[in-house]
Amino acid sequence: MTLPPRDTLAAIAATRFGLGARPGEIARITADPQGWLRAQVRPEAVPIPLNPVGLPFPDSRARLVDFAAFKAAEKAAGADTDRRRTSGEMFRQGIAAELLGRTSIATTTDAPFAERWALFWSNHFTVSTRKSQELDALAASFEREAIRPHVFGRFETLLLASSRHPAMILYLDQQSSIGPNSKAGLRRTAGLNENLAREIMELHTLGVSAGYTQADVTEFARVLTGWSVGRREQPGETAGSFMYRPNLHEPGTRTVFGQTYPPGDEDQALRVLADLAASGKTATHLATKLATHFVSDTPDPRLVRRLASAYHDSRGDLSVVARTLIEAPEAWTDTAAKVKTPYELLVSAYRAVDQAPRDYGREVNGPLNLLGQRPLSAPQPNGWSDRATDWAAPDALVKRLQWAQGFAASYANQVDPVQLATDALGSRLRPLTLATLQHAESRKEALAVLLMSPEFQRR
Amino acid sequence: MTHALSRRATLRLGFGLGLGVTVLGTTALAADARSPRLVVIICRGAMDGLSVSPPLHDPAYAALRGAIAIPPDKALPLDGDFGLHPKLVNIQRLALAGQARIAPAVAWPVHIRSHFEAQDLLESGADKLYGTQTGWLNRTVQALSEDRAARAIAVAPQAPLILQGPAAYDTWSPGAPFNPAGSRLAGILQDLYQPDPLLGPAFAAGLAVEHEAMALNANAPALKANDARDFATAAARFLAAPGGPAIAVISLDGFDTHANQGAADGQLANRLSGLDDVVAGLEKGLGPDWAQTAVVVATEFGRTAHVNGTGGTDHGTASTLIVAGGALKAGGLLGDWPGLGQGQLFENRDTAPTLDMRRVFKTLIVEHLGVDRRLADTRVFPDSRDAGLISGLV
Repeated sequence: MTLPPRDTLAAIAATRFGLGARPGEIARITADPQGWLRAQVRPEAVPIPLNPVGLPFPDSRARLVDFAAFKAAEKAAGADTDRRRTSGEMFRQGIAAELLGRTSIATTTDAPFAERWALFWSNHFTVSTRKSQELDALAASFEREAIRPHVFGRFETLLLASSRHPAMILYLDQQSSIGPNSKAGLRRTAGLNENLAREIMELHTLGVSAGYTQADVTEFARVLTGWSVGRREQPGETAGSFMYRPNLHEPGTRTVFGQTYPPGDEDQALRVLADLAASGKTATHLATKLATHFVSDTPDPRLVRRLASAYHDSRGDLSVVARTLIEAPEAWTDTAAKVKTPYELLVSAYRAVDQAPRDYGREVNGPLNLLGQRPLSAPQPNGWSDRATDWAAPDALVKRLQWAQGFAASYANQVDPVQLATDALGSRLRPLTLATLQHAESRKEALAVLLMSPEFQRR
Repeated sequence: MTHALSRRATLRLGFGLGLGVTVLGTTALAADARSPRLVVIICRGAMDGLSVSPPLHDPAYAALRGAIAIPPDKALPLDGDFGLHPKLVNIQRLALAGQARIAPAVAWPVHIRSHFEAQDLLESGADKLYGTQTGWLNRTVQALSEDRAARAIAVAPQAPLILQGPAAYDTWSPGAPFNPAGSRLAGILQDLYQPDPLLGPAFAAGLAVEHEAMALNANAPALKANDARDFATAAARFLAAPGGPAIAVISLDGFDTHANQGAADGQLANRLSGLDDVVAGLEKGLGPDWAQTAVVVATEFGRTAHVNGTGGTDHGTASTLIVAGGALKAGGLLGDWPGLGQGQLFENRDTAPTLDMRRVFKTLIVEHLGVDRRLADTRVFPDSRDAGLISGLV
């Protein structure tokens, strides 16, 4: 398998592996597109969102303090609807500021492959604000605390950080799952909640067709009992922190997916997670998802095997997997088989005009809500779809067109659309699109055409 | 650019004369006042059948369910054995009028407890996992003979799997009004999209459906984005319009009640209230066409018979399916009740299935929409000859 010429590689690197080219990016990386990507494979290339004066946002504990203050103010407002409405203003602004900061990383970073890689894992370990208002408070801090620091480390570390984070525990109802023979279980009628156990096996590690059974799910749920979160109303506990509750833990030896685990309180689950992370089924599941995300809804099996072997041979080192993806010839096919998700489209448009959104509600949340992908709000724990056909639907494309017109109206006056198109797409720009841009009746029309062109919609 | 101009001209001409819009090169046919309508409502997350239609007289029900059992004095009366959830007031009204029926123990023939795989089966219509990449409603559209041709639409920006496939389909969701015929940009883009096998047909269909929506919604109250009730209103406007689609899909989510699901009130009750409003909204919006309409409400699987440790329920097997609509024949339960007692539960934990979900879907597409039985058995629901039709449903 031979690679396409270098200018094509540069265009692919910036659009398929990156988040869309900023002006000058493709020209800068043409000498060594793969080297540009390789250089991004380091933890420092995945920053955390910062507020406008460069300080970190509140951690999960502080977010829940703000949330409790908001709920108290809302309660105190009673029937006063104006006060009720304004009581959450500060809280919501705090979250919006972080999500704007998160978008700004994507629109301005010089390491867009690293950011895409982080977004992939954030979606892999979905925590969604649709579950509850509490998760509105925690979804962004979850990504910042549990995902971003670990995406170029060992998968086991990432899995552990996700599984122990209060946001994931609350999202998948783990906090009060009670072992029937635990101290608490023997005192009252209570029992297991299998949600986290099942989704860790099905979505986060082994994959649904790995061959585990309902008995494995139930056993793993028993192992996980006791993994919980601190509660505000309990003296000495901190909301927003992981907490092991020995009284809830099901005692005994467990068997999960063919492995036996001696009694071990809190650490029993650590051993199961380590084995799940090390499984060949997990390697194949993750390799398939990565190849699907980066290259095609129906990825070349050779690419999947390559990534799975890299995962297996490196004992789950995600930086090795990332470098393997970059080196894999199958990842560089010149067919742009993927359709950008709404978030990717929005980010790539800002990158193309070299701007960052300033108003989260108007420029990011509102449009993405209409386009069907409000940030951190996937409908179900399997996250946003990564299939091109799921995004390329009739209404979705009309909504994209409407958004593109509005975007072009705001930004067209500052740009030369033809130059912009060359900068954004490099050799992927088709002659027909270029001719159409040259014959457009206004800059605004030309910019909207560029954003809506098939080569800009695809990657 | 003459080619381009003529394509744009064709587009405008079609709109201007109100002709059947051309999608994917075939004239998409349209519902008239007498043709059958079908609405599929997918409740994602595994809707708890034992709360939708509580088996009030099953001796095991109250004990299995504890605090989340629907109290007999709160449940809406349905028949001697079952009640309906207190929030399903419109569905109960329809049931008492012979226009809604429940199937209390329905499941797909492949029993799995993964939401996502189970939704894939329900939507693909396959009898095994990863059996097909297209949706059974798409294959239904393909299987309809020319004189019965119908278009299908999902009220959502994206198309759910059930609708995906080679036959043209529409999606539409509320948003800012847009007039494609007045949009120069839309015309330009059609030329750019033409060679793209995925984006090209989707974009053309999007413009056509937007044109339709513009006419339908012009003098009607505005619809909210992301509001289930308004999705029902939108679906009804499309289905009731002369020349509109005859098949619609609506997805509702939030049914995965692992914790604090509540009983007569609470989390699940809120979702069911939304579902009830959706069915009522369809009835109201369809007006006289309700008489030709069948609505089916299905979920990927049911939930555990026993309450779990956190006031909720985990993934189970059989659940309740609801059929409603003026096209229905009056009648009782669909399928048998397996019971919840010792030895009656599936794998000692779930409501046991007594009815193959495909039989309901297949009856609706064959006897209501008029799909050829052989195609229904082989193409729409592959290898499903054993799943026979249900007599006396429509």
